[in-house]
Amino acid sequence: MSVLLIAEHNNKEVKPFTYNAISAASQIDQDLHVLVIGHSCEAVVKSISEVPNVKKVIHVDDATYENYLPENFASVVIKNSENFSHIVCSANTFGKNLMPRVAALLDTSQVSDIVKVISADTFLRPIYAGNAFATVKSTDVKKCITIRPTSFDPAPTSGGSAEIVKAEKGEASTLTKFIKREEVKSDRPELGTARVVISGGRGMGSGDNFKLITAIADKLNAAIGASRAAVDAGYITNDHQVGQTGKVVVPDLYIAVGISGAIQHLAGMKESKIIVAINKDGEAPIFSIADYGLEADLFEALPQFLEELNKLNTIQK
Amino acid sequence: MKILVAVKRVIDYNVQVRVKEDGTGVVTDNVKMSTNPPDDNAIEEAVKIKEAGKAKEVVAVTIGEDKAQETVRKALAVGADKGIHVKVDGIIEPLAVSKILQKIVEKEKPDLVFMGKQAIDDDCNQTGQMLAALLNWPQATFASKIEVKDKSLEVTREVDEGLETIETNIPSIVTCDLRLNEPRYASLPNIMKAKKKPLEQINASDLGVDTKPRIEQIKVEEPPKRKAGIKVANVAELVQKLKNEAKVI
Ligand SMILES: Cc1cc2nc3c(=O)[nH]c(=O)nc-3n(C[C@H](O)[C@H](O)[C@H](O)COP(=O)(O)OP(=O)(O)OC[C@H]3O[C@@H](n4cnc5c(N)ncnc54)[C@H](O)[C@@H]3O)c2cc1C
Ligand SMILES: Nc1ncnc2c1ncn2[C@@H]1O[C@H](COP(=O)(O)O)[C@@H](O)[C@H]1O
Repeated sequence: MSVLLIAEHNNKEVKPFTYNAISAASQIDQDLHVLVIGHSCEAVVKSISEVPNVKKVIHVDDATYENYLPENFASVVIKNSENFSHIVCSANTFGKNLMPRVAALLDTSQVSDIVKVISADTFLRPIYAGNAFATVKSTDVKKCITIRPTSFDPAPTSGGSAEIVKAEKGEASTLTKFIKREEVKSDRPELGTARVVISGGRGMGSGDNFKLITAIADKLNAAIGASRAAVDAGYITNDHQVGQTGKVVVPDLYIAVGISGAIQHLAGMKESKIIVAINKDGEAPIFSIADYGLEADLFEALPQFLEELNKLNTIQK
Repeated sequence: MKILVAVKRVIDYNVQVRVKEDGTGVVTDNVKMSTNPPDDNAIEEAVKIKEAGKAKEVVAVTIGEDKAQETVRKALAVGADKGIHVKVDGIIEPLAVSKILQKIVEKEKPDLVFMGKQAIDDDCNQTGQMLAALLNWPQATFASKIEVKDKSLEVTREVDEGLETIETNIPSIVTCDLRLNEPRYASLPNIMKAKKKPLEQINASDLGVDTKPRIEQIKVEEPPKRKAGIKVANVAELVQKLKNEAKVI
C-alpha cells in the first residue's frame, strides 16, 4: 500500500492545509508520496520534501498547470497513480474540484470529506451538514479520498529530506481557459487556521458596520468570518463564508455576532473549542451551542467588548 | 441549444435531521422532502437562459425512487419543458448517478448540463465533476455567475481564495452555487400546466449501468453533543470568563 497526496499550492507557497492533509494521509499508510503539479513551483517542491512524513515528491511542471485547471490536473494524476492504493487531497475548493474527476476516470467511488481514519479502508465522515456521522468502508481497489483539513493537526514542516523526482506531464486539454482570479489579500490570519475567528451575520445590517468586527479582530489577531446571509447581502466577500457550503473552521475561540445559528452555519463552526454568541434574540438557536451567550444589541456590545479588551494588557496572540 | 438539469430529492433543508436508533441511517418517514436547494438554482438559470432566447429546451432529470418524480414535476412547474425519471431503489452513489447521467446525455444530446454543487444529504460534492470526466467535457464548478457566449461559457466560480473566472467550451458541465440566482416559486396555474408536460420513465437497469454501492455504510451515529453553556449578564463578565475560565484570550 502507498498513498499519493496531491499538494495544494499557488506555485510559490504550499497552502497550509496541505500539511493537515499530509498528516491524515500518513495515518492511512506511512508510504506517502506527494504529487506537486504546477508551474515554476520549485520552492513548493522543496518545502514538501522537508516534511518528515513524506517519502518522495513527484514534480510535474508545465506552463499549462499554472492555474490548477482540473481538466489538465486529472490526467497528470491518472498518469502517476499506478502504484498507489490511495489518492488523497484536502476537501477544499481545490480538492473538491479535482478529486471526483480523478475518481471517475479510475472508476472509483470517492469518499468525501473524512474527519477520521479508522483503518486503511474505513473512514468517518459527516453527512447532513454534520447532523450525523457515517462510518463508511470503501471496497474499491484504488481509493480516492478527500480530507477535512481542520480535523487533523498539521504535519511538521521541517526535518525531512524526501527524494524529488520529475514525472511525465499529462495530456494538455483545451476545454477550459483560465481568465482571472480575484483573490482577497489580507494581513489577517487565514480563516481556516486562525486561533480566533469573529463572524458577523445579517444582524450586522451593513458592510460598513463590519468595522466593529474588524476592530475586535485586530485586537485579538482573529480571522473574520460571516454567515451566508451576510455574504448574500453583500456585506462581505464570499471567501469569508463559514458553513455547510462555505468553510469549516475549528478555532480555539469562535465569536458569532448577529448570527441566528441555522444548522447550515453550525456545520462550519460547531467543533470550535469555545463558542461565544452575541445576539439580541434570547431564543436564537445559536445560544444552544454557545459556551458563553450574551443577549444584547451588538451595536452596544461590540464597542464595549473592544473597550474591555483594551483594558487587558495580556492578550494571547 | 438544449440544457439538461439534474435535480435530486432530499430531506428539506429546514428539517432537523435525526439519526435512526439502529444506526442504519437517518429518519425519512413522514419527513418533508424537497428539491436539493442548489438544484433549484440550476433549473432557474436554465429557464432564464431559455427566456433570454439562448436556449430552446430545458430537460429536468432525476434519479431515485418513484417519489423523486415530485422533484421533476416541480422543475416542470418553474419552466422546464420535459422531465425524465430514472428509477432506482435504495442508496445510489455519485459515481453511479454520473454514469446514468452519461447515458441520458448520450440520448438527449444537450449542449449544457446544469447541476447543484452539492447534495445536502450526502454532502458529497462529486457528481458534476464525475460526469464531466466520463464525458470528457469541461467543468465549471461552484458557479455564481454564468454568461452564455457563442461557443463557450464564461463562469464565475466561488473558490476559497475569492472568485475565479474561467471560460469553458460548449458542451460543458456547470455546478451551481446558491448565489447564482434567486429561484422563482411555481404559480398554481403553472403547477397545473406542469401535470400535462411529458415525463419519461426509465429503469436504471435498462440503461446497463451497475448501480451497486461501492461504499459500505457501516453505521450512522449522532454527532457528539456540546455541553450546555451559560448566558453572561454583560460584556465585562464575558471578557472575564474568556480570560480566566476558558483562557482563550
Ligand atoms: C443548502 C443551504 C446551504 C447553506 N449554507 C450555509 C452556509 O454555508 N453558511 C451559512 O451561514 N448559512 C448557510 N445557509 C443559510 C442558512 O440556512 C441561514 O439562512 C443563514 O445562516 C442565516 O444567516 P444569519 O444568521 O446571518 O441571518 P438570520 O438568520 O437572519 O439571523 C440574524 C440574527 O441577527 C440577530 N440580530 C439582528 N440585529 C441584531 C442586533 N442589533 N444585535 C444583536 N443581534 C442582532 C437576530 O436576532 C438574528 O438571530 C445555507 C442554506 C441552504 C439552504
Ligand atoms: N439522484 C440524483 N438525481 C439527480 N441528480 C442528482 C442525483 N444525485 C446527485 N445529483 C446532482 O448532482 C449534484 C451534486 O450531488 P453530490 O455529488 O451528491 O453532492 C446535485 O446537486 C444534483 O444536481
